[in-house]
Amino acid sequence: MSVSTRRRRYAAVALATVAALATTTACGDDNEGGSSDGAKPEKLVVDTFGEAGYEDLVKQYEQQTGIKIELRKVAQLNEFRPRVVRSLATGKGAADVIMLEEGILNEFKLNPGNWVDLAPLVGDLSKDYLSWKYELGKAPDGRLMGLPTDVGGLGLCYRTDLFKDAGLPTGRDEVSALWPTWEKFIETGQKYKQATGKGFVDSVTTAVNAVLFQQNGGDLFYDKDDNLIADKSPAVKAAWDQAVAIADAGISAKITTWSPEWNAGFKQGTFAVNACPSWMLGIVESNSGPENAGKWDLAAVPGGAGNWGGSWLGVPTQSKHQAEAAKLAAFLTNTAGQVAAFKKSGPLPTNLKALEDPSFQSFTNKYFSDAPTGKIFGEGVQKIVPTHLGPKHQAVKENALEPALRAYESGQANAAKAWEQFTKDAATQGAF
Amino acid sequence: MSLSATTAPPSRGAPTKHTQPRRRRGYSRFTKLDMKYSPYLYVAPFFVLFGIFGLYPMLWTLWMSLHDWDLVGTHTFIGLENYSALLSDDYFWNAVRNTFGMFVLATVPQLALALFLANLLNRPMLRARTFFRMAIFVPNVVSVAAVAIVFGMLFQRDFGVVNWFLGIFGVDAIDWRREWWSSWIAISTMVDWRWTGYNTLILLAGMQAIPRDLYEAAAMDGAGPWRQFWTVTLPMLRPTFVFVVILSTIGGLQLFVEPLIFNNGNIMGGTQREFQTVQMYMFENSIHNLSRAGYGAAVAWALFLMIVVVSVLNFVITRRSVK
Repeated sequence: MSVSTRRRRYAAVALATVAALATTTACGDDNEGGSSDGAKPEKLVVDTFGEAGYEDLVKQYEQQTGIKIELRKVAQLNEFRPRVVRSLATGKGAADVIMLEEGILNEFKLNPGNWVDLAPLVGDLSKDYLSWKYELGKAPDGRLMGLPTDVGGLGLCYRTDLFKDAGLPTGRDEVSALWPTWEKFIETGQKYKQATGKGFVDSVTTAVNAVLFQQNGGDLFYDKDDNLIADKSPAVKAAWDQAVAIADAGISAKITTWSPEWNAGFKQGTFAVNACPSWMLGIVESNSGPENAGKWDLAAVPGGAGNWGGSWLGVPTQSKHQAEAAKLAAFLTNTAGQVAAFKKSGPLPTNLKALEDPSFQSFTNKYFSDAPTGKIFGEGVQKIVPTHLGPKHQAVKENALEPALRAYESGQANAAKAWEQFTKDAATQGAF
Repeated sequence: MSLSATTAPPSRGAPTKHTQPRRRRGYSRFTKLDMKYSPYLYVAPFFVLFGIFGLYPMLWTLWMSLHDWDLVGTHTFIGLENYSALLSDDYFWNAVRNTFGMFVLATVPQLALALFLANLLNRPMLRARTFFRMAIFVPNVVSVAAVAIVFGMLFQRDFGVVNWFLGIFGVDAIDWRREWWSSWIAISTMVDWRWTGYNTLILLAGMQAIPRDLYEAAAMDGAGPWRQFWTVTLPMLRPTFVFVVILSTIGGLQLFVEPLIFNNGNIMGGTQREFQTVQMYMFENSIHNLSRAGYGAAVAWALFLMIVVVSVLNFVITRRSVK
């Protein structure tokens, strides 16, 4: 008898457990249904990658509005993108404000319904920004998907101490004069290599990026109608050949960009030169650490101006506080916001008033040997001719072009095989 | 004990005689229901959870794999096209080869080592046995990501400890991520570091279930420890061993985090996909490449089928060996 009492008790416990489970799953959804759009939110989440320079700005915004801002940073774009994709696909977990880089923006433009049209929420700001940059923020259906943050005016960062040890000049004008062309750049690199035995430039892939984005106005992986032309684009071929020449000269440290070894290389002086779009300054600084302050400087890039990277701030439709999120995006990209971000981490303003701002123009970067970065990048920015990047630009560059070049550089594939690998992968990576 | 204690006082039913049978009847009906259905209730939580988190996603993936599925866009039904494309996809077969290669490279030394360690730990004269048995399990508790990050640093080209150590013997710095063999070794090392202790414990449990008198009898017949290991321990351990092999197979074929972090989070697993596993290839298609989620789902099902085939094979072998 008591055996069955005990069993009955167990049965009750089991029943209770199942019931409890059922209620918890039922409750699960309720927590999500938050406040409506009109109410002031407690918290807004901002997703950025790299070094956007927003740390102080969001604190300032918190004080002004009383809204708590959570700033989520991811170091690499290739880890950042899948997160955004996942949150869009599942309809959950996206930040209220998301930074969209030029290489991935076009991909998200294919499904503009995921993004809020910012124009009605922030008013007409079209006159505030570089007009081509503002226009690129629009989706094909006309909605304003993102407010411009920065462009990536090109420079080259170099280590003055390592240059000195190798017997090379160290002043930024003299260094710029060393390499008016990429051929001269390779010659300088060979001198450095002979003197020190170390790699001159970090990797063949940063070089190819610099050359690629110097093809001002030319078509890269896609033509203007978004047809994939990676295998026959003259701009891509030119960049490829230049990268191959750099690899052949043996002046690269053969490090995979964005890897821990690359990060450590900045500190250890494994290489002396690194391609520096303006947003890279913050990354160079945080990788090199305070102990290397004043050792880096900034010179002109061989072969003329270019634009690598730059982003927009968008608001996904799944955000529960779209209006407030749009206001925050406008705050981060307004004149004061862009100047502050530039001073903090280097992203080059696209806001016209920010570019004319005296405190921007006269800004010298202490970490980079007091280089007048405001003047250097500010002069180049007006000359930038926008390049058309197709929907899967980033995927083609990151998963087809760069791996193939690395395979060539490390001797795993000869030039013909590496090119074949690139064109084959570009076809699958670039399809949409 | 509790049984006799509770049945002892018979006073319960005595005072109200006529109500007792009715209560009894209701009670026994409940008991019948209880006997019949409560076992199902006990196992229900698992099946409910399995249905939600196992079966449903599986069927949904199957459905996806029959479509040209854009993760954030449109879906079109295309039947088995994804699967036929898969059969002629070099990168898929490359991933299959990598997965099985790393599985063998990791599992064979791992199980041999686990067997050896379990045998050591099974020695009756070993001191601080519990300490060693627990210590050997510790690596398994550490998070995979942490293991992968630390090993990724050990296997660096420029500043890695492994290369420094090999350098002492005059070996040139190896770029571990460049070649298939070097990357496979590095990744297999991570897997082994994490799972050897786990398998050791399972094998140890199996060894302890072997009756002692078999060893005594063997000793009487003059068998030394080595002979005892081969003729008593190993044959008696076979079912446990096959179980361990099945577990390792399932885990090994799903290898993902270690190679991913080893390649700094890049999903391609090396410049020429030297160590991209099937799981990574699935992720590349379904999450990285937005528009190819249907194809990614087909890869997922192909992986599932591979695991089923290998597990069934294992099962057949076990049945035969137990008979």
